[in-house]
Amino acid sequence: MTEPPAQLQARGVVRSYGATPALRGVTLDVAEGEIVAVTGPSGCGKSTLLHCLAGILRPDAGEIGYRGQRIDTWSEAARSRLRRTEFGVLFQFGQLVAELTAAENVALPLLLAGTGRRAARTAALSWLDRLGVADLADTRPGEMSGGQQQRCATARALVTEPRVLFADEPTGALDTLTGEQVLGHLVRVAREQRTTVVLVTHDARVAGYADREIAMRDGTVDHSGLGLVGGPR
Amino acid sequence: MTPERVDTAIHSVNSGLVSSSHVLLGLLAVGAMHGYDLKRAYDNRLPQAKPLGYGQVYATLGRLSRDGLVTPAGQDRDAGPDRTSYAITPAGRAALDEWLAAVEPPAPHVASTLLNKVMVALLVADVDRARRYLTAQRRAHTDRLRELTALKIAPGARLDDVIAADYAIAHLDADLRWLQTTLDRVADWHREVRA
Repeated sequence: MTEPPAQLQARGVVRSYGATPALRGVTLDVAEGEIVAVTGPSGCGKSTLLHCLAGILRPDAGEIGYRGQRIDTWSEAARSRLRRTEFGVLFQFGQLVAELTAAENVALPLLLAGTGRRAARTAALSWLDRLGVADLADTRPGEMSGGQQQRCATARALVTEPRVLFADEPTGALDTLTGEQVLGHLVRVAREQRTTVVLVTHDARVAGYADREIAMRDGTVDHSGLGLVGGPR
Repeated sequence: MTPERVDTAIHSVNSGLVSSSHVLLGLLAVGAMHGYDLKRAYDNRLPQAKPLGYGQVYATLGRLSRDGLVTPAGQDRDAGPDRTSYAITPAGRAALDEWLAAVEPPAPHVASTLLNKVMVALLVADVDRARRYLTAQRRAHTDRLRELTALKIAPGARLDDVIAADYAIAHLDADLRWLQTTLDRVADWHREVRA
């Protein structure tokens, strides 16, 4: 069987914060449509890796590739444009704009990309519906539960129909059942859309939603076999 | 029989019954069934459990009948030979109630093949071999966790399946955390010994 071509690539990626090394030479491939979990203990560099892959951080050394192009050498403006058009990003919390309703929050990335107001709202409502929170369209984040907010944030991350969704501990602040509902929606929609997902988590149960696990340890991908690296499903 | 003697008898019956017997008793509490349907109902309700053989079902029904917890409730003549239906008795309901009310001791004795194997591996094998075993075991656990998660989120998954998968996932997760801690401990210990 031939391997599918990698959509995302890291080659020998090194990144430090001052004198503290976070990534010490990470090499990995992620195929299009794959859902991978990046796991490891706190401080192992998994979030830094996600930020580098998403073009938010620039590595000190090494290369980041996306669809065959090296993106770490691009300008901040070019990487920002890439994030707006091709990538979606979902964090643990604090992503929704408090003053805006759910529909306005979800429509925001489309408005920033130049979509007309009416079309953006229609798309936002459709995505809120897919995430099971259509009834919250005119509700502000402060009036929602954590799980509802995270479903809206997921809708906002997916509304531009990104090719890759980067999610950093997306259910870390939610109780087990709510987290599971958010993940269930996220994984279902990602599979329907054939969206690649890079999911950072320290929780084996969350990693269970992924096709494959990339275990990290001390700033590198754990190739020793001690980690939880599984095969693609 | 006096109420006290009934209680004692039920308690003694309960302590002699394995939990699959109580599950069969619980299924009969919903309605009378013959052994074949009972086995199917058991498999249906507990799809992730160790499968119950027909022989085991009939033997359990025999014991429950002997102890007065179930009673024959007619023959199903159309469905072939040995199709005696069984119904739960009042004593059976009391035994079931007692079992349901009794709190399970939270792991009074730490015993599992997994733990035993790790202990023996550390005792007789070198560190690298023990680590290889731990690693392979961890991989197997993770693969199973992924399978169960897929089963749980499959469209149309039944509540029974989801609850059983949750239970298995929670235990696998606990094992995985313990395996990781053990791997870290073995690595630390190895470093100290070599230092």
